[in-house]
Amino acid sequence: MDLDQLVRTLEEKAPRYRVDIVEMLAAAGSGHPGGSLSLIDLISTLYHHALRQRPSEPQWPERDRLVLSKGHGVPAQYAVMADLGYFPRAQLWTLRKLGSPLQGHPCRSWLPGIEASTGSLGQGLSVAQGIALAGKLDKGSWRVYCVMGDGETQEGQVWEAALSAAKFRLDNLTVLLDYNKLQIDGFTRDVMNLEPLADKWRAFGWHVITIDGHNYRQIIGALDEARQVQGRPTYIIAHTIKGKGVSFMEEQVGWHGVAPNREQADRAIAELRTRAGLPLTEAVR
Amino acid sequence: MSSSSLSTETAPATPSSAPPRATRDAFGETLRRLGADHPQLVVLDADLSESTRSAKFAEAFPERFFQLGIQEANMLGTAAGLAASGKRVFCCSFSCFVTGRFDQIKVSVAYNDLPVTIVGTHAGCAVGPDGYTQMALEDVALLRTLPNMLVLQPADDLETTQMVEHLVTGHRGPAFLRLTRQKVPRVHDAGYRFVPGAVDPLRRGSGLAICATGACVAGALEAAARLVGEGLSPTVINISTLAPLDGDGLVAALASCERVLTVEDHSIVGGLGSAICEALAERRPLRVHRVGLREFGESGETEELFRKHHLDGPGIYLEAKALLAEAPR
Repeated sequence: MDLDQLVRTLEEKAPRYRVDIVEMLAAAGSGHPGGSLSLIDLISTLYHHALRQRPSEPQWPERDRLVLSKGHGVPAQYAVMADLGYFPRAQLWTLRKLGSPLQGHPCRSWLPGIEASTGSLGQGLSVAQGIALAGKLDKGSWRVYCVMGDGETQEGQVWEAALSAAKFRLDNLTVLLDYNKLQIDGFTRDVMNLEPLADKWRAFGWHVITIDGHNYRQIIGALDEARQVQGRPTYIIAHTIKGKGVSFMEEQVGWHGVAPNREQADRAIAELRTRAGLPLTEAVR
Repeated sequence: MSSSSLSTETAPATPSSAPPRATRDAFGETLRRLGADHPQLVVLDADLSESTRSAKFAEAFPERFFQLGIQEANMLGTAAGLAASGKRVFCCSFSCFVTGRFDQIKVSVAYNDLPVTIVGTHAGCAVGPDGYTQMALEDVALLRTLPNMLVLQPADDLETTQMVEHLVTGHRGPAFLRLTRQKVPRVHDAGYRFVPGAVDPLRRGSGLAICATGACVAGALEAAARLVGEGLSPTVINISTLAPLDGDGLVAALASCERVLTVEDHSIVGGLGSAICEALAERRPLRVHRVGLREFGESGETEELFRKHHLDGPGIYLEAKALLAEAPR
C-alpha cells in the first residue's frame, strides 16, 4: 500500500474505531475513554503499517510483538483487533463482562493476540525488553513495540528498563509514548513532572523521535525511522490529546476513568460521525 | 505419595554420610549441567550471581545469561518477556529482594502464566549476621497466594538437583525455588526420587508428627531420634512442595497422628505452618503448633538464630515435648 493510500485508510478507520471505543465503554459501564481515544491513532497505525501479524494465527512465530504497557487503554487495541479479525466484532460489547476474553486490562491467557498481561503500570517495558532479548537470542527478524503512557513513566521500573534496554543494545525494540499530559489526579506536569523527557531518554542512550501522535504521516515516518536505527532502542514521544475526537472529553481529566452514559455516548458518536461524514443513523453494533 | 525410602519405626532416618552442602550450590551446578542440553534455558541475575551461584551457568553459557544489575523488578519483567518467547527462564537473587517485588511477580510472571522460575537464595533468618533486611521471612507467604505458583523448598542437595531438573524439563508454569545460603545435611538416601506436589514422609510413626521444610528438616530428624530414644515414635514429613500443598497426601501421612508440629525458617504466618493448618482444618482438624519466626529477624550467627527460634534439633525437641505434654483438649 502506498503512503497516500495508507493514510486514507487510517483516516477512514479512525472515526469508526473511536465510535467503537465509546460504544464499548458505554456497554461496559466502566473503563478509560480519555487514554483510549488519545491512543487509537498510534495503535491503528501500528497494526495497519508496522506490525507484521496474522490475525488468524496469533501465535505465528515470526510476528512482530506489541506490548500495551498502559493496559487501561486496551479498548483502543480491542477495536483494531476486532476490525482485523482477531476475534468476532460482537465480542467488543462483552468488554469487562463476566467470562469475556476482553478483560478490563489486557490478559494474555484470555485473548490470543495479547502478548502480555498489563495494568499494573510501569511493567510493560521490562516484558517487551525480555521479548526483544529473545528475538536477539533467536536471531529473529521480528520487532517489539511497547506502547506506554506518560503517567506510568513516573514508575521507577520504567527507568530501570531505560537503562537496561540501552545496555543490551535492543534496536529491535521501539517505545511509543502516548503523551497526553493528563493522569487521574491532574496534569502530569503537576502530579510528577517528566520533562525534559526527550533529553532524559537521549541521556539514557536511546534514539528519540518526537511527533504529533494524531498525524499519521508523522507516526509512519517515526516507525520507519526506528527500523533503521542500529545498536540502540528507539523512543517515540507522541504528543497526543486525551479524549481526542470527542469534544466534551478532550483534555478533560474527568474522562480518564469514567465511562459515558447512554446519552453521552450517543452524543459522542454523533459528533464523531458528523465530523467524518458518516451516516448518523447506522447502528453501531 | 513420595517414593522416598521409609525408615521403620525402630530405626529412625539418619542423615547420610554425604557431606553437608548449601542447596544454592547444588542449584548452580545442576543449572550449569542442564544448560548444554537445553538451549532454551536462560538465566538472569541482579548483581548477586556469585552468591546465588547463577555465575556457574554464566561462565559456561555467557550468551544465555543476562546481568540486570540491581533491578529486581526489571529482571522479573524481562524474565516474563523471555519466557513468553519460548525460553525457560531462571531469575535469581536473594529471596528477600526478588520476592519483595511481588507486584511484578503477580502481574508479569504469574498472571501471564509463564515458565519463569524465581530463585530466592539466602532464605530465612539463616542469613545471619547481615540482619533482618537481608532475610526473607515472608516469601513463602506471599508466593503461596498466587494460584499457579509452584513453591518448592528442598531439604538437601539431592532434592535440589531433582527439583531443578523438574523445573527445566517438566514444569510448564511459574515457580519459586527457595534455597539456603548455609550448608544443610543430606536427609535423603541416594535412591530418593522427588515427586512434585507430593509430601515426603521420612519416618512413619504415630501420635506426634513433625512437618518441616528446607533447612529445618535435618533438625526435625535429629529431634525425632531423641524422641525415639525415649520410647516415642514420631512421624517426620519433609514438605518440599509448599504450594500447592498435597492436603490429601498430608492427611494420609498423618493417619495415626493426633498432634502436629510444623517447623520452618520463615514467619509462622503464611508459610508451612499456615498451609498445614489450612489443609487440616478442611479435612481432619488436628492440634497444630507452629515453630518459626514470630518477630523480625536480627543479626547473629546462623546457629545462634536457629537456637533462639527453636529451629535446630534441640529446639524442635523442646517444642515437641511441650506439645506432647499438653492435656488432651
